[in-house]
Amino acid sequence: MEKAFKDETIDLDVQALIDNKRKKKSISGKIEKLVPAFLLLCASVSVLTTAGILFTLLRESITFFSSTSIFDFYTGTQWSPWSGHFGVLPLITGTLLITLIAAIVAVPLGLMSAIFLSEYASNRARKIIKPTLEVLAGIPTVVYGFFALTFVTPLLKSFLPGLGVFNALSAGIVVGIMIIPMIASLSEDAMNSVPNNLREGALALGATKLEVAFKVVLPAAFSGIMASIVLAISRAIGETMIVVIAAGASPALTFDPTRSIQTLTAFIVQGATGDTTFGSTIYYSIYAVGATLFIFTLLMNMLSQYISRKFREEY
Amino acid sequence: MQTITKNNQSAERPLGTGVKGTSVIKSEGTMEQNVFEINDLNLWYGNDQALYGIDMKVPQNKVTAIIGPSGCGKSTYLKTLNRMVEMVPTVKTSGSIKYKGEDIFSNKYGVEDLRTKVGMVFQKPNPFPKSIYDNVAYGPRVHGVKKKAVLDQVVEKSLKDAAIWDEVKDRLNENAFGLSGGQQQRICIARALAIEPDVILMDEPTSALDPISTLKVEELVQELKKKYSIIIVTHNMQQAARISDKTAFFLNGELIEFDDTDKLFSNPSDKRTEDYISGRFG
Repeated sequence: MEKAFKDETIDLDVQALIDNKRKKKSISGKIEKLVPAFLLLCASVSVLTTAGILFTLLRESITFFSSTSIFDFYTGTQWSPWSGHFGVLPLITGTLLITLIAAIVAVPLGLMSAIFLSEYASNRARKIIKPTLEVLAGIPTVVYGFFALTFVTPLLKSFLPGLGVFNALSAGIVVGIMIIPMIASLSEDAMNSVPNNLREGALALGATKLEVAFKVVLPAAFSGIMASIVLAISRAIGETMIVVIAAGASPALTFDPTRSIQTLTAFIVQGATGDTTFGSTIYYSIYAVGATLFIFTLLMNMLSQYISRKFREEY
Repeated sequence: MQTITKNNQSAERPLGTGVKGTSVIKSEGTMEQNVFEINDLNLWYGNDQALYGIDMKVPQNKVTAIIGPSGCGKSTYLKTLNRMVEMVPTVKTSGSIKYKGEDIFSNKYGVEDLRTKVGMVFQKPNPFPKSIYDNVAYGPRVHGVKKKAVLDQVVEKSLKDAAIWDEVKDRLNENAFGLSGGQQQRICIARALAIEPDVILMDEPTSALDPISTLKVEELVQELKKKYSIIIVTHNMQQAARISDKTAFFLNGELIEFDDTDKLFSNPSDKRTEDYISGRFG
């Protein structure tokens, strides 16, 4: 049996087999041509979605600005839509305040964690710490919100007796905690991809590990680190649930972190969940606020691209 | 092959704990000064022993070449001299290395101090992704030199010593990555010279370079030995014969023969050296 099998295969010609296969290829050739079109379709889903969102935002915002002047909207200092005041500045300062507090918390902590993970941690420590950090990123924001309201605020109150139940400080700190893993993990990736021979070059000159981390690795990974920070800050700007729960809903033109504020996103929630009538000015104001938020994140993105292009150290 | 070395192999110990009480071995009978005195050096990567009982005295202001087939431990040995080998976390050593009479594994001797005295040039050019100026100024800056005027002078002098000043003097602020491989390697040499070390370790510095760049680096080595002691690992036996004063032949982690270059290449005393240099293996 085995011998017969061998005899059969012995005069097989591989080239003949390939030629045979090639003749049958007409169908697979068509698939070959169709696949890129299909892939393009998949890729265009997100592009088309973005375009759709932009279109809706613009259309509804234009309706809003036909009844309220755009100048009043962006310079007005009072936001009380239910009594007809549409000055968006208090919401903008609220958003900026939360973002600023979050950045103050998250940028140093995230960067230091990244430096530890990439330059100092043993492989074993890294294998434990990095996934743990990433779990932090997977916690639902509503949980963070209650953490801020029921743990961080009472804790802060023991230092700052004047602190309100709803305040920007607690919400900002917790938003910061939420974005630490993003900065730490992405910055660590950027620092890890800095080639080892650059570290060796500096160490061989008698630089200490710390000097290598701050004067070689950090600059070389700068554009990746910047990208992670901007991504995290965009996330803080857009963060909704934590601020809705912990920062209250009182739009105030203030940079006092102990007071209750409202952010752009928190108003959108309030407007969308309340008994807002479809077609009312308040309904359209949601879109105007949304468009403002969109401009913010767009500016952040452009800023990050500018910074990383300007300071890029290519290796 | 390992019988001789196994007898005097001392106990394994982690790096950084110096052996106390070992006497300083003076170079007897010779007038020349030694920069390094290596005594019974063993080295392990984890459980794999890479170096076996190395004894060697590296002379000052000479070019010492280290030759041997791939994987014979010559790069490991070189990196042990400035303790760069410790970048691999599982490394353990035993024995002693004395740099100018001081045990480099001693706790008292800081590894950064050692590396400011013993500079290194790597196999693959590894300039920092910074300007040419910042590359050369990096070392002095790390060690606290801040004055622009001083740095300017150091950069110019180092680039001149590395024989690349004329090629780059008009573009000191350009990124060093824009240079050719040979130029990058000489920038790396300039970077090592900028902190005025005593010894320069070179780990196959020309293996990634074209013949013309190689020639330039070789000429440079000849020039540099007036001021520095140079230890160079090379894959290229002709290169060792051309540029070195003394040559060490490594095989399977052992130092087989260490002698004047002329003698080692014309009249080697060990059969294995003869086989290697005559091209019978390796």
